[in-house]
Amino acid sequence: MSTTMETRSTDERAATVLAGAVASSTPVSPAPVLILGATSAIARALAHEMAHQGHRLVLAARDEAELNAVSADVRLRFNIDVAALRFDATDFSSHPSFFADALQAFPEGLGGVILCHGLLGDAMQARSNRDLCRQIIDVNFTSAVSVLELAAAHFEAHGAAGRAFICAISSVAGDRGRQSNYIYGSSKGALTIYLQGLRNRLFPAGVAVITIKPGFVDTAMTWGLLKPNSPIVASPQRVARDIARAIRRRSNVVYTPFFWRAIMRIIKSIPEPIFKRLKL
Amino acid sequence: MARSVTQDISGWGNFTVESCQLFRPEKLGDVRHILADGGQPTYVARGLGRSYGDSATNAGAGVILGERLDRLLAFDPLTGELECEAGVSLAEIINGFLPRGFFLPVTPGTKFVTVGGAIAADVHGKNHHVEGTLSKFVRGLTLLDGTGRIIRCSHDEDPDAFWATVGGMGLTGVILTARIQLLRVSSAYVGVDYRRAANLDHALELFGDEDQAVRYSVAWIDCLAKGASLGRSVLMRGDHLPAADLPDHLKANPLTLARRPRTKSIPFNFPGWALNRLAVRTFNKLFYAKHKDERKVVDYDAFFYPLDGILHWNRMYGKRGFVQYQALFPTDRSRQGLRELLELLSSSGIGSFLAVLKSTGAAGKGFLSYPFEGHTLALDLPNRGARLSELLAQLDAAVLKHGGRLYLAKDSCMSAETFAATYPLLGRFKEVKNRLDPNHRFASTQARRLGIVEVA
Repeated sequence: MSTTMETRSTDERAATVLAGAVASSTPVSPAPVLILGATSAIARALAHEMAHQGHRLVLAARDEAELNAVSADVRLRFNIDVAALRFDATDFSSHPSFFADALQAFPEGLGGVILCHGLLGDAMQARSNRDLCRQIIDVNFTSAVSVLELAAAHFEAHGAAGRAFICAISSVAGDRGRQSNYIYGSSKGALTIYLQGLRNRLFPAGVAVITIKPGFVDTAMTWGLLKPNSPIVASPQRVARDIARAIRRRSNVVYTPFFWRAIMRIIKSIPEPIFKRLKL
Repeated sequence: MARSVTQDISGWGNFTVESCQLFRPEKLGDVRHILADGGQPTYVARGLGRSYGDSATNAGAGVILGERLDRLLAFDPLTGELECEAGVSLAEIINGFLPRGFFLPVTPGTKFVTVGGAIAADVHGKNHHVEGTLSKFVRGLTLLDGTGRIIRCSHDEDPDAFWATVGGMGLTGVILTARIQLLRVSSAYVGVDYRRAANLDHALELFGDEDQAVRYSVAWIDCLAKGASLGRSVLMRGDHLPAADLPDHLKANPLTLARRPRTKSIPFNFPGWALNRLAVRTFNKLFYAKHKDERKVVDYDAFFYPLDGILHWNRMYGKRGFVQYQALFPTDRSRQGLRELLELLSSSGIGSFLAVLKSTGAAGKGFLSYPFEGHTLALDLPNRGARLSELLAQLDAAVLKHGGRLYLAKDSCMSAETFAATYPLLGRFKEVKNRLDPNHRFASTQARRLGIVEVA
C-alpha cells in the first residue's frame, strides 16, 4: 500500500512542541482520530470540527491528490498535525496493514475512528448493473465490517482508558426499504445493524459505538437531485456539528438533522401491506 | 453525466436574473469532468457572486460554482507565500493568517470574494496608487483551459496566459489554484487620518499632494451635493499600525480584534420607496458632518470592509436591484470627467448612497485589467427602469468623452462599442483566449453583451 505520510518528521516536531506544552502545563491535546473517506464534504467539515477541538487527525481516502489537499487544508487552518494515508475501502485485504499504519501515525495511537465513506450510486442502474450493485454493497457495508472489526479488536484490547469510540455514518435510507433506492438502503440498513451488534459487544470494554443517520445533506451525492436550498437539505457543516456533538456525548444513534427521527418513526410505522403499495 | 441544478441567479446587484445550469465540483478533478461531460454549450466559473452585474452568470448555459474548492494547500511562514484553491475566500485567508502576522497584499472593499474571483477581476484596493492590482502579488496560478489541459502560468511562465487570465473575467478557463504573496503585518489595526474636503477640487488636491507616501487612501464622496459643494468628501488615509504603536489596551493581542463586531443582516428586500432621495441626502449629510479632521486607530474590518458587517446589504435596494457604476479617468482628464459625472448624478434625481473616490497608480499588464493612472469613482444606482438607462447612457458618454473606462466586475449595462473603445488590449486578449479556448467553451452573459465572445 502506498502511503503519503509526513508524520515521521512532523512527529518529531510534535514531540518537541508537546514537551514544551506539557512544561507550560497546557492541557494535553485529545487523542488522534482516524477519519475514513476523508475527502467527502461531510468528512471535511467533520475534520474541521475535530481539529477545532484539538484532535490530531489521520485522514484516509482513496484519491491521493484530494486527500493531500484536504490534509494540507486542515493542517494549515488549525495549525495541527495531520497524517494522510491512502485507503481503498473495497480493497479488503489491504485493511489490516492500513489500520496498523494508522495506529503508527502518532505515538499515542488512535482514540477513535469515524467512518464517512459511502456510495449512493444510481438506483435504477444498480438494478441491472450487477457490478454497480455489488460495489454499493461493498463500499457501504462490507468495507465497513472489514475495517471496523480491526478497530473493534484494537480498542477492545487497548481501549482501557475507556474513551475510545467508533462512529459511522449510516443513513435514514437504512431504516426502511423503499423501491426508489433499496440497494443503497439495504446496505446502510445492514451497516446500522452491524453497528448495533458492535455497540453491544464493545460496551463492556467502554468503547462507544455511534450510529449517525443523516437525512438529505447538501453534498455531491445529492447535487442535482434535490433543490439545494430546500429546507430539508442540511449543510455538511450542520451535520458535522451534530456528529461531533454525538461523539462528545457518546450517543448511540443520532439522526441529523434531528427531525429525521420523527419522519422515520412515521415511515417505519406504516404497515407493510400498505407500504408495499406506496410509491416511495 | 455531471449533474447540475437549474437555478435563477444574478450578480450582487440583483439587476438581471438569469436561469443557469449550476455545477458544483467538490474535487479538483470534477471540474474537467464537468467541462467534458456537463452537456452545456459554455461555462463560466463563479465564486461568491459578488461581481455586481452579469460577469458570473451565463444565461441558459453552465456556471461552475467554486465554493467547495476551497482548500488551503501550502504556506511558507518565512516568505509569506500562500497556495490555495480558487474557492478560498479572502475572509478565510484573513481569519487564518492575520493571527500569524499576515494580511492580504491587495484587497477590494469586501472580503466575501474568492481568490479565483479576485484574480479574474484583477481587483485593486485602497493601495492601488502605490502597490498596483492583486495580479502583482500572484506568484503563479493553475488554469483548466478550454481544451481540458491544466496549465501553469505566472509573470515568467506563459506570461500571455497569465496576463489574459488576470482581469480576464473567467473567459480563459477555470482558475484552479493560485500562489499569493501575503503582506507581513504586526497588528490587525490601521492608523487612519480623516480629512474633510469641501468639494471635488479640494479632494483631488489632497489626493495629489500627500497621496503617494501613504499606503491606503480613499474618499467617501457625497454625490448629491451641488454647486460649490459638488464632490464634497471625507478622505481616509492610513497604513497598518505596528504593534508597538497600538494603544495600550490593544497591545496584549495585536493581531486579533478585541471584540468581534456583531454582524447584522438585512433580512428581506426593502420596498422601493425606502431608499428615497431625502433618506439618501440626510444620510450623506450626516456622514459628512460626523467626521472631523482627526487621526484614529481603526480595526481592519471597519477600515477595509465597512459594508461586510451588514449581510445582504444589497437587499436595501429592493427587488428591482441596482447597478454599480465604477468609472476611471486618466489624471489629466479626471477633474473634468468626474465633475461631469457628478453633475449628471446630482441633477438626475437618482440618489446614490455614499460613493467612493480613489486615486489609481500606473496600469499593470493584465490585458483587461481595469486600473490605469488617474482617479476612479464608484457608486450604486438603484434600478429605476428607463430613468436609469437614460442616466447610464449619459454617464457612458461622459466616460468615453474624457478617455475613461468602466470596471468589468461592476458593469451591468455597458455596450460592446464602449467596451471596445476603452479597452485597447481587447484584441490581444482575444488572441490568447483563442489559443487557450479554441472551441469557445468559456463565456458569460457579460462576455456576450460586450462582444468578447461570439453570440451563438
